[in-house]
Amino acid sequence: MALITCENVSLAYENNIVLSDLSFAVQAGMYLCIVGENGSGKSTLVKALLSLKRPTQGSIHFGDGLRQNEIGYLPQQTGAQKDFSASVWEVVQSGCINQNGCSPFYSARQKQMAQTNLERMALWDLRRRSYQELSGGQQQRVLLARALCATRKLLLLDEPVAGLDPMAAQEMYRLIQALNREGTTVIMVSHDIQSAVQYASHILHLHNKPLFFGKTADYLQSDVAKRFLGGGLHA
Amino acid sequence: MLDLIAQMLSYPFLIRALVVGVLISLCASLLGVSLVLKRYSMIGDGLSHVGFGALAIATVANAAPLAVAIPVVVAAAFLLLRLSENSKIKGDAAIALISTGALAVGVMAISLSTGMNVDVYNYMFGSILAMKQDDVFLSVALAVVVLVLYVVFYHKIFAITFDENFSRATGVKAGWYNMLIALLTAVTIVLGMRLMGALLISSLVIFPALTSMRIFKSFRSVVFCSAILSVLCFLIGIFISYAWSTPAGASVVCVNIAAFFAFWILSFFLARKKV
Ligand SMILES: Nc1ncnc2c1ncn2[C@@H]1O[C@H](COP(=O)(O)OP(=O)(O)OP(=O)(O)O)[C@@H](O)[C@H]1O
Ligand SMILES: [Mg+2]
Repeated sequence: MALITCENVSLAYENNIVLSDLSFAVQAGMYLCIVGENGSGKSTLVKALLSLKRPTQGSIHFGDGLRQNEIGYLPQQTGAQKDFSASVWEVVQSGCINQNGCSPFYSARQKQMAQTNLERMALWDLRRRSYQELSGGQQQRVLLARALCATRKLLLLDEPVAGLDPMAAQEMYRLIQALNREGTTVIMVSHDIQSAVQYASHILHLHNKPLFFGKTADYLQSDVAKRFLGGGLHA
Repeated sequence: MLDLIAQMLSYPFLIRALVVGVLISLCASLLGVSLVLKRYSMIGDGLSHVGFGALAIATVANAAPLAVAIPVVVAAAFLLLRLSENSKIKGDAAIALISTGALAVGVMAISLSTGMNVDVYNYMFGSILAMKQDDVFLSVALAVVVLVLYVVFYHKIFAITFDENFSRATGVKAGWYNMLIALLTAVTIVLGMRLMGALLISSLVIFPALTSMRIFKSFRSVVFCSAILSVLCFLIGIFISYAWSTPAGASVVCVNIAAFFAFWILSFFLARKKV
């Protein structure tokens, strides 16, 4: 049984179809990278996988006992607005919200988790700062820490390294790889194709329809990859 | 001044107004932080107008005012929430339609039955005499329920206020909590309306939050500051209203305006000091 199964999924905004006829399954333990050009429907697919967007056709199932509150999510753009008064600590802690059920307060374990993830993202010294007063890359790291707090089985990341400096990006990839080895399933949208093929176990290549889905090694041999990478890859 | 305060406290109607007013100020300011941050300030305003219409019709029909107004305003709150979430209809235009519509219906109902009189004036601008003994019990009970629910769901309210999509994606029932916020706001507004006036009650929701945000930068500190500020402004406003015989609602709002400018100026000094 797969963690997530998509069957003949089509996604559209109003009557404008952005992705059609997509079928694939995410097995537990996979590290899946979704690649494709701008506007090819990657973020839309991520939203559909999170049940934020309903498919116009086909269906998306959760399997393996996966529940919505075991998923961590890093959006490409937040719904959070400018002028929002929230400290870094509050934002990261809010990632744990899906785990405290009906309890009105955070447990010591959840506070510990928030602290661990803040330290992982090198944010501990910034924890009292206002989220809105941080730089773009720092904000991205805060949202990553929040996603890590929320995740237990599955981590969905929409362009996690966008805006990160090279050091932080490398650190990020290592961290995600470590989490994946510990058993977290990872689905990542990325334009950093070099790192994608280096780390991911599977690749899904979209261009308003699926062009490729399969193992990374097979992807590198495919015509799609050769065209997309334009010989820029030393594999 | 102490004499004046002692004198004030010797009137039972003033004590009733103070008790209810303090609780309402507290509820309104807490909810206000979320409403302002979620860009839902207009919902508060729309609801107070609907509340005016409901009160007017209840008066004409000789029904208990709160028993009519609370369900009507709660229903309106859900409707407004749906409208502002739905991107197809312009949310703010829809709110303006509903609120002015309700106002007109209320005025018509009153003028057809009794003619425009002191009652209408009181509904619009509030009256310190409005609180009857049984209203006080109901108001206090409901206000306490609002406060308890807010505290219990504080973290969830923060999460969906900050980023609704993330909360939804990670398994929080965001729609449910949005309804909760709308419900609590509706109850608070109806309870506070007769004291503060239909046209002025929404300022109790908006001002403390906006004022606190001048200076405080975390959600928790904004919430605490709003709560304290709101109660203080209410007490000072009522004192002014008693001392100079000004309308209670308007006095409270004026104190809130003063606080806003004070915080605003202070924020410039604080910003200067940091650099
Ligand atoms: N809210 C929206 N309403 C209408 N159309 C949208 C909306 N969001 C995205 N689209 C359209 O859907 C298509 C796919 O968008 P999507 O955000 O999924 O692309 P993407 O693959 O994530 O691109 P990028 O690499 O730039 O992030 C685009 O053509 C876009 O114009
Ligand atoms: Mg995208």
